[in-house]
Amino acid sequence: MIEINSNQLEQIKEHAQRDYPYECCGILLGKFKDGEKTVTQVLEISNEKEEENRHNRYLIPSKKILETELYAIKNGLDIVGFYHSHPDHSATPSAFDVEHALPVYSYLIVSVYDRKVVDFTVSVLSNDREKFEKEIVKG
Amino acid sequence: MAVVYIPTALRLFTDGTSEVILEGENVAEVITSLVSTYGDLKTHLFTNDGKLRSFVNIYLNEEDIRHLDGLNTKTSANDKILLVPSIAGGI
Repeated sequence: MIEINSNQLEQIKEHAQRDYPYECCGILLGKFKDGEKTVTQVLEISNEKEEENRHNRYLIPSKKILETELYAIKNGLDIVGFYHSHPDHSATPSAFDVEHALPVYSYLIVSVYDRKVVDFTVSVLSNDREKFEKEIVKG
Repeated sequence: MAVVYIPTALRLFTDGTSEVILEGENVAEVITSLVSTYGDLKTHLFTNDGKLRSFVNIYLNEEDIRHLDGLNTKTSANDKILLVPSIAGGI
């Protein structure tokens, strides 16, 4: 289960709409407690994928992850997940999403059509790497 | 020998351990030692044919080993190895 408040969700949706028709991406910072996650901060990250592929791919380079991990440690936080958008596509995780995911983290995907967010999903990769499982979201 | 820091997502496969001291003359030997100790980590770090997954990056003292001597980079007792994913996906 992941707890994310309406302001944080709104920030993600606004980011997805602003970056349309490209994919947006970001990092969810927060806390792990008793197997549950709480988001305390949404970090917008610039999609580092080359421009011609940015409409259907996103990339957060390891350097950025390292920088964020160090920031999180300093502030007593954890990276609890990531978000990205699917422009003109459903919020269902793709095979490419599964292939590049790690377990435990939450992967929030927003679906954007005509610069308007219509849906979102939150999933976690199964420990055997086979599939994404839907995660319960608490507001 | 080096200290390996485990990212939060992978601590599930290291009995909750966040850092572990491992033997090895170079990064490759330390990582081999890591997956020998924690077998369930292997599938998340390596593909079925034994190659490091494209999104797994190894840093030695906060320097990407690609900018050093890759997996052959020598290690010493005070070195810190960090496993850092790059995050990718899309439609």
